[in-house]
Formats: sequence, C-alpha cells, structure tokens
Amino acid sequence: MFDNLGEKFERIFKKLKGESTISEKNIRDAMHEVKLALLEADVNFKVVKDFIQKVTEKAVGQEVLTSISPGQQIIKFVYDALVDVMGGKPKEFELHQSKINKVMLLGLQGSGKTTFAGKLAKYCLKKGWKPLLVACDVYRPAAINQLKVVGEQAGVPVFEKGQIKPLDIAREAIDFALHEGCNIMIVDTAGRLHINEVLMDELIGLKAFLKPEYAFLVADAMTGQDAVKSASAFDSQVGIDAVCLTKLDGDARGGAALSIRAVTGKPIVFSSIGEKLTDLEMFYPDRMASRILGMGDVVTLVEKAQETFDAKQAQEMQKKLMRQSFTFQDFLDQMKQVKKMGPLKDIMSMIPGVGRQLKDVDFDEAELGRVEAVILSMTPEEREHPEILTGSRRQRIAKGSGATLQDVNALIRQFEEAKKMMQRMMGATGLMGKLNPFSKKRKEEAKADHKFEKQQKKQQLKKKKKKRK
Amino acid sequence: MFFWKKKPEEETQPQPAPSVPLEPENPEKKGFFSRLKDRLSKTKDSIITRVKEVIRLRGKVSEELLDEIEEILIQADVGVDTTMKIIDRIRKESRARGIEDSEPMIDLFKEVLLEIIQKNERLLEIGAARPYVIAVVGVNGTGKTTTIGKLAKHFLEQKLSVMMVAADTFRAAAVDQLEIWSERTGAQFAKQAMGADPASVCFDALNSAKSKNVDVVLIDTAGRLHTKVNLMAELQKVFRVIKKVIPDAPHEALIVLDATTGQNAISQMKIFSEAVPITGVVMTKLDGTAKGGILIAIRDLFDVPILKIGIGEQIDDLRDFNPSEFVDALFAE
Repeated sequence: MFDNLGEKFERIFKKLKGESTISEKNIRDAMHEVKLALLEADVNFKVVKDFIQKVTEKAVGQEVLTSISPGQQIIKFVYDALVDVMGGKPKEFELHQSKINKVMLLGLQGSGKTTFAGKLAKYCLKKGWKPLLVACDVYRPAAINQLKVVGEQAGVPVFEKGQIKPLDIAREAIDFALHEGCNIMIVDTAGRLHINEVLMDELIGLKAFLKPEYAFLVADAMTGQDAVKSASAFDSQVGIDAVCLTKLDGDARGGAALSIRAVTGKPIVFSSIGEKLTDLEMFYPDRMASRILGMGDVVTLVEKAQETFDAKQAQEMQKKLMRQSFTFQDFLDQMKQVKKMGPLKDIMSMIPGVGRQLKDVDFDEAELGRVEAVILSMTPEEREHPEILTGSRRQRIAKGSGATLQDVNALIRQFEEAKKMMQRMMGATGLMGKLNPFSKKRKEEAKADHKFEKQQKKQQLKKKKKKRK
Repeated sequence: MFFWKKKPEEETQPQPAPSVPLEPENPEKKGFFSRLKDRLSKTKDSIITRVKEVIRLRGKVSEELLDEIEEILIQADVGVDTTMKIIDRIRKESRARGIEDSEPMIDLFKEVLLEIIQKNERLLEIGAARPYVIAVVGVNGTGKTTTIGKLAKHFLEQKLSVMMVAADTFRAAAVDQLEIWSERTGAQFAKQAMGADPASVCFDALNSAKSKNVDVVLIDTAGRLHTKVNLMAELQKVFRVIKKVIPDAPHEALIVLDATTGQNAISQMKIFSEAVPITGVVMTKLDGTAKGGILIAIRDLFDVPILKIGIGEQIDDLRDFNPSEFVDALFAE
C-alpha cells in the first residue's frame, strides 16, 4: 500500500542527500516534490497546500541534527505532519455495555459497505459482543442476499424485511435486537451519490430515527480528488462520526485518507485490507505515515540514531568523510554505533529503498563480527593508512582474524570503493551494505577469485613439472 | 469534472420507491449531446466552466492563468503528468499563435483536450463470430455486474440472443445479483454454485452457448484488486480456458473503471492489460460527483479505446463514447 508515494519520497530523499544544511532553497525544492507526490497520490489539492505550508513552516529555522542528513530530517517533518493530518493517535472503536449500540454505514456505491458490515460484525463478535446485521440496502439487486451470506460467514444473525422502506426495517430491527439480546446493530444502507437529494433525505431520516453511536462513512481508498466533496457532503448533510477506509490492500496511494480526515475532521477508525472477513484493522495514522514514507520506518531509524549516535562523534565522522580521511578505525567506530541500534536487518529495512531490496537477502550478524575481527587484527597504523597493507601484512591479518586472504583482500578493496562512493553521496544510507564483504554476493565473487588463484597455481605447478622433464 | 448532477447509476437502482424500475423514466429519448449538456448545465463546478471563468477573468494569457488552469485540471483528477502535458501544449501554442484573448484561448484549450482524447475510438459492436464473447473485468465495486445488465439489454434490443455468465463466484450474492439482471432483461443465464472455479463456469457456459447458438455471451468476473497476484493469475486462467472452447474468444475484454477513482485507475489499467488483452474501457459513474478527469489521463496514457461511458442510472445512460461530442458538451453553455 502507498508504495508509489513512498517511491516518490525516496526520490526526494535522494535529491536532498547531498545537502549539508537545511536552507530555504532546498526546503522549497523538496516541498515542491512532496507536493507533486501528494497530488499524484490523489490527496486533495487544498489539503496538499495546507499540508505543505505546515511542513515548511516547521522545517525552516530548525536546528540541524548532525547525526542525520537534512533530507532525513525533512522526511521526519513530513512524517509528523502526515500523522497529524491523519489524526495523530489511533482512534478506538468504543461501544457501550448497557444498551443496544447502533452503527450505521453509509457511502457511495461500490465503496464496500456490505463487505465492511460483515467484517465489523465479525470484529465485534470476536470482542464478545452480540452483533445484528440489518439489511437496509433495498435498491441494489441481491444486496440483501449478499448481507445474508456475509452474515452467515461471520456467524451473525441478519435482519431483513425485503424491499420495504428502510425506516420500517430499522424500526422492526430494534425490536428484533431487543428480543434476541443483541447489543450492537450494524445497519447496511444502499450506496448513493451525495448529490441525490431524495436518497440523502432518506439517510437523514434513518439517522434521526436510529440516533446511532456511530455513523460510519465507508470510503474507497482509491478515490480521487472528489473524496473531499463526497465526504464533506455526507458529513454536513447526514453527519458522520467515523470513517472506514476500504480496499487498502491495493496499490492506491491512498491520498483519500489524508483528504477525508483533513476535511471532515472525523477519525478514520478502521482500514479494510483484504477479501477475508477477518481482514479488518484499526487505522494507525503513524503506521500509515511510515508506509507513505516508503515502506521503511525512517522515523524510528532517525529516533534510534538520535538515541545512540553521539552527535559530536557523528560530526567528526562527517568532517573526516569530507576530508577523505575516513579510515578503518572510523569504520570500526561507526560499526559499533550501528550495532548499538539493534539487529542489522532491522536497521537496514528502516532505510527507504533498502527495505524492499532486502526482502530476500539473509543478513548474518556473525559476518559483521568477522569484519570487525579483520579490522581488529590490523595495527593502528594499518587502520589509519590502508595503503601500507602489503601482501605479507594481509596474510598476517588473515591469520590473526581467522579469515581467508580473499576475505581480507575483498574487505580492503570494498573499503576503498565505498570510501569513494561515500564522498559522492555522503549519507549514512548504503554504507554498511557496500562495506560488508561477507554478503552472499561478495562471497561468491571471493569464491570465484579463489578458484582462479587455485587454477593459476596448478598451471604454474604443471609448467614447473614440464620444465623439470 | 463534468459534474453531471444526477442520481446514482451503478449498483443501485436508486429510486426512492423500492420497486426497482428497469425501464428508463424519460420516455422521450434525448440525444447524447443534449443529455450531456443537460447535466453540465446543472453545474457551475465543472472544470471547463471554471477554466472559462478564469480565462475570462484574466482576459490575457499569462503564467498565472496557466497556473490556475493547472490547479483546476489537477483537482479534476487529470493527474500531474497529463496536466503538465496539456499546460505545456497550451503555453507553446498560445505563444506560437500569438493568442492573447479569452475566446481563442478557450478554443485552443478545447483543441488540446480533443487532441489527447481523440484517437482510435470505435464503437462496441458485435462482430461476425458466434457466440461473440465479451468478458468484463475490473477491481471491486466499479460496476461490472450493472454494466453487464445494461449491455445485455442493449444487445437484446438489437434482436440478438444474449447469455450472461456468472463467473463471479467469490463475492457474496454476486451470482444472485446477475440473475436478477437476467430475469429483468430476459437474457439467458449460466451459473454454478458459489465458490465454483470461475474458469469451469466459463467452460461449461461457452459450450452450452455454442450448442444453443447464442449470439452474445457476457462474462461477469469477480472484482479483484490488480495487486493480488494470485487473483490476476486466476483471471488469466479464465481467459485460457475460454480460448479452449473458442480459440479467438473473448472477442472483447472490457475493463470497467470507476470515474471517481483517482490516479489509481492508471495502475489498474496498466496491470490488468498486462495480465489479459484488454480491448476496451467502460468508464462508469461519470455522472454526479465524479470529476472524471481520469478519463483524459487514461486516454492520454493508453491506446485502449473507451467504448462506453456511464452517465446515469438509467439503462440508456450507458453511452457510446464520442470524443468530440464529449468535449463539445464540456464546453457547451
């Protein structure tokens, strides 16, 4: 979900990576990109404008953290604002113990009301409530049947009276609920356009009669710019208490989530994420925001970095990188700091872009230890000046660290490569991956090297033998 | 765009009275153009009206004017890429032609829009093959079943025999929903139990259609999100099995897109046409709230023609798509 928006942010993130401080200029560029990304994500135009303004105000004049790049910092601001727009904390679905709770579902056609009705019934059932499904969609062919099937699947009774007036159905349903001892009524209504006055009036009447604890707007996550219009029309005319976002298991960028919340101010309580009746989740604004930011959890990464990285030390490191005097000793220090942040795979998966690539890569923590061992087997002088590492020194290091000569060679080669690369990009991202000589690919390369060397030795031996003959 | 303010179209037969009418309420059939215009005149909010307002207000072509047009297009779901394309084109042309006044500017805008949406259009017509097989696909809730009901009515009126195939064996009561449509229209109906393999439903139905000399077969598939790899594979299987019975079928594979969808429609279009050979688009829910700018983006980015547009809940509101009439209607006073 939200994959595409994440990719967009990654691109912005990359553009910002080379910058050392937050300036008005790079904020403006970044915000322009954020704006386009959000627009392409179907976030309503006006919502986008407000959003951008908020983030920009917040970011400019902020102290620049040394441990993370300005890009990451801006991402954090964007993230915070996203969480904010989507309601901050997750909103609980609260029911009352001592009465029949009434939940009414409304929305456009095809937004997934009947499916959500089934899911919500199942959800309540699991929480120990006694739900009753009420079929008030008397227009769409077979809608009542659909609810009956869904109810059966969920193991919840369904009250239906065929195609009579919804108000009459609701009236009788209350008696039925009392009789059956049900304590939550979930009323499914027909999908309708918010500009259809007759049908909207029907809904208003139904709501006035039911006085529901929750009037749920069921909204399709794929909805475009118009999400704002229909949501605010339903809210102003009928009045909604909460929102359920459906079809979030698709690849919709989900701008509707931001728009609806921003415009109606009503909390998104549920997200519907699949075909099964159990595919219903609470809506977590923070998780959603992280997902928007690229499937990776940059925020946690930033927070972890803030916790563990000594800001001054990081500054030192940055200077060294700039002066091109990054040494094995620095690398060792950095590695220790990273280790403090937790398992490597977790950290890597928090970096946007890396997360997805890393899905099927196995990270062996022990191998990081072996890198450490190799560096620890170097003398301080060797660590500061890798260029003095001659063949015999390398052999000694290999012996001392229990690694093979190929491993040592590979590490040194990659260290030099990575150093060059880092000077180019100067970010924390990608550093560890590039420097790890024990990753599978590197190992294979090393194996190939090894084979080649063996073959050469064999050939030399053969030649010698021939000479003797 | 094009806020054709009208009652809902898809899924519901939303008359306040529970008796669900099949026949259109309007006895006098209006032409496509006048009907489109009709709906447009009810709204002050369509993009074109707003663009026109902006153009008249500013009177002169300027960057600010273009910025405003850009905003309006984006708010109509035209999408950033296509919007930029339109704006660039207008900027270039207005300079090249030295346009400064509002009237020629409106003409230019019309021309640029037409340029984008006018290509390889054709009508949905029943070819020579018998049975002529039309498969309908799309994500959940776009109005596939309703579209099939309307298409069936349309073909039956042409004195063709029609069979509906309930290959949506997944969604609760989807088979019932289609069956109601078959009863209303008098089309033949082929079904199996819920949960049956949709490919096998099609296999049996097509064999039966062949032996009964049915002219048109309409296959209703289950709504599926294009990101579900296994469901897309299931769809491919359905298509493979259809070919086993009739090698050149389906003769049409229509994707139903909901006009209220935002930019995700592009993704739907892309992934569905990668999975199966889509031959045409049906865009539903263009009436009412939908801004439908996504129609322009779809036309811009894909070569697949738009065969039908849904502009209301009446059976006759599933219309042929005619680009120039469409643009004309948008600009009509």
